[in-house]
Formats: sequence, structure tokens, C-alpha cells
Amino acid sequence: MKVRAADFLEYDQEAGVYRENPEQAVRDDVEKHYWLHVARTIAKDWRLYLMLVPMLLVFLFWRYFPMYELLSCFKVYDGVLPVSKQLFSGFSYFKQLLVGGTQLSTNFWRAMRNTFILSFYGLCFGFPMPIILALFFNEIKSNAARSVYQVLTYLPKFMSTVIMTSLVTMLVKQGSSISGMGIVSRALVGMKLISEGTGNAGLLNNPSFFRSIYQISGIWEGAGYDSIVFFAAIIAISPTSYEAAQIDGANKWAQMRYVVIPSILSTVVIMLITRIGSLLNVGYEKVLLLYNTNTYVTADVISTLSYRLGMMGSQTTQGIASAAEMMNNVVGMLLVIGANTIARKASNTSLY
Amino acid sequence: MKRKLEITELIFKIISYTLLTAFALACLYPFVFAISSAISDRHSVEYSEIILFPKGIQFQAFSQMFNNNMFWNSYSNTLFITLYGTIWAMFTAILGAYALSKKRLLFRKVFNFFLVFTMWFSAGVVPQYLNYIATRTVFNTVGIQDDKWLVVIAMGMAAMNIILLRNAFEGVPSEIEEAAIVDGATEMQVLTNVYLPMSKSTIATVALFFAISRWNGYFWARQMIRNQNEQPLQVFIRLTLEQYTESEFLTSWNEPYAADSVIYALVVCSIVPILIIYPFIQKYFAKGVNVGGVKE
Repeated sequence: MKVRAADFLEYDQEAGVYRENPEQAVRDDVEKHYWLHVARTIAKDWRLYLMLVPMLLVFLFWRYFPMYELLSCFKVYDGVLPVSKQLFSGFSYFKQLLVGGTQLSTNFWRAMRNTFILSFYGLCFGFPMPIILALFFNEIKSNAARSVYQVLTYLPKFMSTVIMTSLVTMLVKQGSSISGMGIVSRALVGMKLISEGTGNAGLLNNPSFFRSIYQISGIWEGAGYDSIVFFAAIIAISPTSYEAAQIDGANKWAQMRYVVIPSILSTVVIMLITRIGSLLNVGYEKVLLLYNTNTYVTADVISTLSYRLGMMGSQTTQGIASAAEMMNNVVGMLLVIGANTIARKASNTSLY
Repeated sequence: MKRKLEITELIFKIISYTLLTAFALACLYPFVFAISSAISDRHSVEYSEIILFPKGIQFQAFSQMFNNNMFWNSYSNTLFITLYGTIWAMFTAILGAYALSKKRLLFRKVFNFFLVFTMWFSAGVVPQYLNYIATRTVFNTVGIQDDKWLVVIAMGMAAMNIILLRNAFEGVPSEIEEAAIVDGATEMQVLTNVYLPMSKSTIATVALFFAISRWNGYFWARQMIRNQNEQPLQVFIRLTLEQYTESEFLTSWNEPYAADSVIYALVVCSIVPILIIYPFIQKYFAKGVNVGGVKE
């Protein structure tokens, strides 16, 4: 590399000599002693950096250390040693899960399929509902009436998963000699949608109803609250757009199609991409509270499977449980990053 | 032309009102049904005679529960976890978000990535479980025997809430901060006297997010708290439900009210506090979603 004198020397005209360029000297100093410079900046501003410490520690201890524990999917469990000292077992756990034939891999593939199907149904049925609700909210011009509707539809979102699942359990519970079936089952029997016997057996014991119950309770819980984002996009549309469309003779449907839908499209796209990004994050809490041994066929997802393997069973299966989750999480992360990249390209807004 | 316009608009309005009313009632119905079933007599509950209004009013299900020590225990545990959990989470989140909102912070991007990465990738149930077990051991060695503190300190932090706070702090005009610094304010004084008052609504929103998630927390409390007396309300409700749905339990049921009424009464007791504060807070939640949903 060629060093030019002018970079660090400057000509002092008054004295008629070359002197060191002070700015360049500082820059050189910073480059040479980068970490010293960092330490000085932090020491000078230590209060600000001290403020970061509790947050960083919380994330380090309880978000990043578990990721390190996840490495046990590559290690042989022996019950004593910490993860770092365990023997490396390579991909044997992954092989056990992926390669067919055993009970374990059958369960794994079933859980994988259920995870995808539950998310995909959520995308098909759960995703459009908030948008439709937001369109409806927009039709209600009286503020008082609209807030009443909003208060009512947001309400289920604030109930815990336990409360929600307890109510669902009671509403579709089985009938017996002591007490009748749940009120929703009774209504369905009354409408001839299900037979008396199915209702009496309890809908939550029937694998063919699990997905519907999961999605409907999800819509019941979240649709109102999720509509807030879309409603905000709709009320941001300028009234002049509607007026212009009306002058051109657009009826309600045409206004919907040419004014409202294009205006909220970017929001819809962003929310859709977010949704696709979290396609594999099926909430284990809700599934755990709703499923039972009878409905594993349709209800068992990856996180509940690994919950049973890792936390209910013996400690020897913890490695396999971690391996199952590792696959789920890596695919999930790729989906998030992919979705985010597409969002950035498509709308110049990245989500993170 | 004018006539046709009115018709389509009218049709759409009618559809909107009908379906919205139906959906709103569907949202409300389970709660009304729960209240009615909790205070109806045994015969009408067991023979599914309750549809909307209570029949043969009784309050024994409630009074039996109010006489149950476990219930009050779990209620106070939930209050404990909600109160301290929210304070701890707000303390760490506000300080961290404030530092992250400063442009002069070195490695700002690294720290931000450190947070955001946890939204992309989570370790999963089992590694988290092993980690909490290890943490519990450490806590016990240090002398914290009450597992509630583990729930309070180790759980419930969310990167999204910190990002909400950070965005709010970034929106505070720097002139005001500079004026405060010229007047001799320290870093902490700038935070408490300038930033906190100027982002009140976001702080309220985030505090409510934390508090609701603490109030509703179930899974990790059940896994991690060993002492039955330390369990929060949600766990108590779930355990009761599991017990009451067993048929052997039901056949030996010998009370003037139905076993179901107990579950419904518990559900009602858990949602009443939320129902009371809900009308006052729901506007903050709407705001929080708007800030977090599409921003940046």
C-alpha cells in the first residue's frame, strides 16, 4: 500500500514547515486502538450502557441459553454431564425421526403434517375474517354504535387460553347419564349437523372435529382484535376517493373493488407475509389444553410431541425432542426471513 | 342511477349490521352462558335447560368457592405474579428501550439484532424447560425458595414490547432533551422527566400487554412451580376442570348445585377483573396494535 505524505501531514504556511494533520492523527489513533476507543466511549457514557444491562441479561439467560440447550439434539444424553461435555452423536436423532418405519417417525410425520394443516387452515379461514370484519366496521357510521361492536368483538382476546379452552370444553362436552351434552353440541344436533351419538361422545374426543374447533375458537378469540390494523388502513382512505368514485357512477361494490381494496392491499400483503412467516408456530398451549389421547391423529403438533417426549417421558428422549423442535424452528426461521425479504422487495417496508 | 346506488349501499349496510351483530353476540354469548350456568340450580344445568338466562337461582357454587382457601391462595399468587412481573418487565424494558433509542449508542445495530433474532428463532419448549430447571436450581442455591420469583423474573419478556417502547422514545424531539441537558439533567433525569411523560400512552399500552400476559400465564407456571400453594389462578382453574370432567368424580357428586357450575363460577371469577378494567383500557390496546403493526 502506498502511503501519501499529504494524508497525515499538512503544510503550515506561516511557519513554512510540514505538521501532522490533527484529524487524521485522531482517525489513525482510533483505527489502531479501536477497542481502547470503544472502552473510552463506554466509560464516558457508562450510565447509558448500564441501562442496557438488565435487558441484555434477561435475553441472554432465558432466550439465548435455551438455544444452547437445543444443541443437545446433536449430543448423546447420559444424565450427568452438561451439554458441552456430552458426546457428539451427529444426526442420529434426526435420522430416527425422519427415516420411516418406527413408531417415533410415524408420530413425527403425523405431527409435522398436523402442524402444517392447522397453520394452513388458519391462513385460509382465520386470515380473511379480520379483513371482512374491518370492512363491516367501516359501514357503521355512528361512532357510539361502532365502539360497542368493537368492545364486544375485542373482548375474547383478553381472556386467557385456559379460560377460552375451559369454555370450549364445557360448550361441547360429552353427555352422560348424569348430565347432558354441551350447549353447542346440542344446538348442532338440533340443526341435524351431527348425530345425537356423536354429540354425546363429546366433540373434543372426536378427531374429525378438532381442526374445526381449533379454527372456530381461534376466529372467535382473535378476529375482532386483529381487525384493528385493517380498520385503521380503511379509515385512512380519504373521503374524496369515494366521492370521485361516486361521481363516476360507482355503486357500493365498485367502490369496494376500486377504492377500498386497492387502498388496504399493502397492509393486507404485509399481514399475510407475517402470517406466512409464522406458519409453523402453532401455539402449543392451546393444543395442549384442547387435545387428548383420542385426538392425537389430527391434533398432535411438533411442539406438543416434543413436550411429551422431553418433559413427560424419560430424560433419554430429550435429545430426540430437541431434534424435532430444531427442525421445526429452522424451517420456521427460514420462512420468517424469506417472508421479510419478500416484504422488503414488494413494499419497501421490512417488518423487523 | 341515483336509485341503484342507494340499493347496493343499503344491501351492504344491512349485511354488515346483521353479520356484525351476530358475531358480536357470539363473542359475548359464552360469557353470559357461563354466568347463567354458574348461578342456576343443579337440575337445569345438568339437563341442559340453560340457554341464556339462569333458572332456579343459587349462589352456593360461588360461596363454596369463596370458602375454598386454595382459590384465594391462587388468586393472591396471580396478583403477586402480575404485579411484580409487570414492574420487573417494565423496568428492564424501559431502560433497555431508552438506551436503544439513542443514536450515539455504540453497536446499536448489534443490540437490536440481539432482540429481533429472538422473534425469528425460539429454542422451543424442551430446551426452554431444561433452561428454567437450571435457573430454578440456581435460584434455590442463592436462597430464593419461592418458585413464583422464577416466573416473575425469568419469564414473560417480549422483544416486540421493547421495540414498541423504542419507537415511542425515538419519536421524542431531541430539542427537549438537549434543553434538559443544558439545564444540567442527568441521563436518569432525562429519562424520567422528559421521555416517560412524553410517551405515556405507549408506556400504558406496553404495561397492559405485560400485565395481561402475566394474569393469563399458565403453562410455565404449571411446569415450574412445585408447591401447590404457589400456583396461580389459571392453573387452579385448569386443575379443577381436569378433576371435574372425570366421570368417577361426577357420579359421586352430592351437592345441591351442578359440578359444572363450579367451573363456570371459577371462569367468571377469573374474568371479572378483566371485564371491570377492560372498557377503560381497550382504546390503549387499539393504539398499541396500530403502532406495532405496520410501523418502521
